[in-house]
Amino acid sequence: MTMQVDRPVAGERGTPPAAGTPSRPSWRSRLYAFEGRSAPYAFIAPFFLVFFAFGLFPLVYTAWISLHSYRLGGRMRWIGFDNYVWLFSNPSFYNSLWKTITIGILSTVPQLLLALGLAHLLNYRLRGRTFLRVAMLMPYATSVAAATLVFALIFGRDGGIVNGLLGVVGIEPVDWRNGNWTAQIAISVIVIWHWTGYNALIYLAGMQSISKDLYEAAAIDGANRWEQFLHVTIPGLRPTIMFTIIVSTIGASQLFGEPLLFGGGQPNGGSVNQYQTVGLFMYQQGWQYSQLGRAATVAWVMFILIIGLVLLNSWLARRRRPATEGTLS
Amino acid sequence: MTTVDVHHISASLAPPSPKRGRGRPQDAAGWLTYGILTVTTLLFVAPFYYMIVAASRPMSEMNTFPPPLVPGGDLFSNIGTAIHQQNIGLALWNSLVVSTVVTVSTVLFCTLAGFAFGKLRFRGRNLLFAITLGTMMIPPSLSVVPLYSVMAELGLAGTLSSVILPSLCAAFGVFFMRQYLIQALPDELLEAARVDGATTLRTFWSIVLPIARPGAAVLGMLTFMTAWNDFFWPIITLNSSNPTVQVALNNLGSGYVPDTAVIMAGTLIGTLPVLVVFVLLGRQIVGGIMAGAVKG
Repeated sequence: MTMQVDRPVAGERGTPPAAGTPSRPSWRSRLYAFEGRSAPYAFIAPFFLVFFAFGLFPLVYTAWISLHSYRLGGRMRWIGFDNYVWLFSNPSFYNSLWKTITIGILSTVPQLLLALGLAHLLNYRLRGRTFLRVAMLMPYATSVAAATLVFALIFGRDGGIVNGLLGVVGIEPVDWRNGNWTAQIAISVIVIWHWTGYNALIYLAGMQSISKDLYEAAAIDGANRWEQFLHVTIPGLRPTIMFTIIVSTIGASQLFGEPLLFGGGQPNGGSVNQYQTVGLFMYQQGWQYSQLGRAATVAWVMFILIIGLVLLNSWLARRRRPATEGTLS
Repeated sequence: MTTVDVHHISASLAPPSPKRGRGRPQDAAGWLTYGILTVTTLLFVAPFYYMIVAASRPMSEMNTFPPPLVPGGDLFSNIGTAIHQQNIGLALWNSLVVSTVVTVSTVLFCTLAGFAFGKLRFRGRNLLFAITLGTMMIPPSLSVVPLYSVMAELGLAGTLSSVILPSLCAAFGVFFMRQYLIQALPDELLEAARVDGATTLRTFWSIVLPIARPGAAVLGMLTFMTAWNDFFWPIITLNSSNPTVQVALNNLGSGYVPDTAVIMAGTLIGTLPVLVVFVLLGRQIVGGIMAGAVKG
């Protein structure tokens, strides 16, 4: 589809009133000017409509619902801050918060470090570069549900391949699901498998946009490969690293599908809630116990916590180096 | 200027080749690098293979040690059982409908908004774009309670519309298309269209859309994948009589079917469509993810 743009058509609208035409702009040219002014707003309107209807409004409404007792299929009844009192005096909530944090650390830290190392290796001149990149991104294309179902089998107590391999080196079978830390580790492995390749590619893209001159200058100064990585690559990747940390942190705070399906679809996160994340806790309140008001309270508290985390992150980033480039890149 | 160098544009979406002046001087990889990368790749791919092995054997054989390492002959009977037990056929169709509608509307709306933010001037543009970026920080799962009650009020709970509506447009797509159009769409072309008296809508339709095609294709693939794999909201709003693939997988894994071979067979069919697309177009997807990652 091409459009002829190099041949102005005589008398078309849009041409500014030239000498000889009436000084009052015609209705057509006014209409044209109006179209030009309003079109940008019309173009962004669909996005903002969807955002207001299904993003902002529900978010704000969550705060309102959190002040009510609201059961599935029932009416809302105003109870003030009772839900918050209930939440902050509930050991199960603190347990889920704690599990979210420990699984978050167990999954995010190794994931990003591995991704950084892989990106570094992928940055060499390689044969089969595209193949490696596509293979690393395959877990990213897999759904949380599919990944978790496979890993639940891999981490099975009796026939699981992990226990089989441990048996080869003489370690007794581990009951991954019922242990406290073992279940958290298994869930973290799923998350790591899922996201490492994706983050490696993000880092690789960042590495390839670092100026070559910096490496040459460092080499002239006598920096070896490792020192170059430490003093050129890492600082150059700073905005990218910040971005991945923020995204992974938010992702970790929302962890839901993995612990749900690892526990066979039960929202209690194991027999003693050993891997019940906040996401599961909210789901349990809202859709197992039909307490939507309480679920909304959990969601709203999570929202405040996430905002705090993001602000803390960017504050730390700014404090370390005053002039960082945009982190959302 | 009537034609656009399409090759130049699509080339910029291919996985970045070592560009001159950018990136670490590229040393050839040694055997250790190849070794580590090979092992990692195997670890990344192994679960898929295990899925196929487990889906093609009776459950009892997977519990022996050493576990079988090659696929068996029960694949189709296991798939048959899975389809029979969990409505997988309907789930595949539902996922296809949801993902297609979401993809088409996301690509269209995000290209519109990305064009406006990237190439048009209007009052409040920077503020509105900052808000758009900010919305990416809000996890959608926090809004499920009111979303659910609104959908129930509207009588949409349990329908595919309730899954489609909130995903009609995404901030990431707006951002992605803006980045793409800033570098792919020459200002002179818009200038020329304006001199010609084309309305903005006409310009969008005749000039922007054709040029946006390679970027829109990548966004489309990413969106389709995301929509196909969406989990949290569908399992809340849908029920097992009208599931998407992920809802059906959730039911499979929730103890209604105790046979792991059947679970794996269901998982395999639910994953296969996206994996096939991914393997065929992986190169472009990789390029798209890397392109969206850096050019802030």
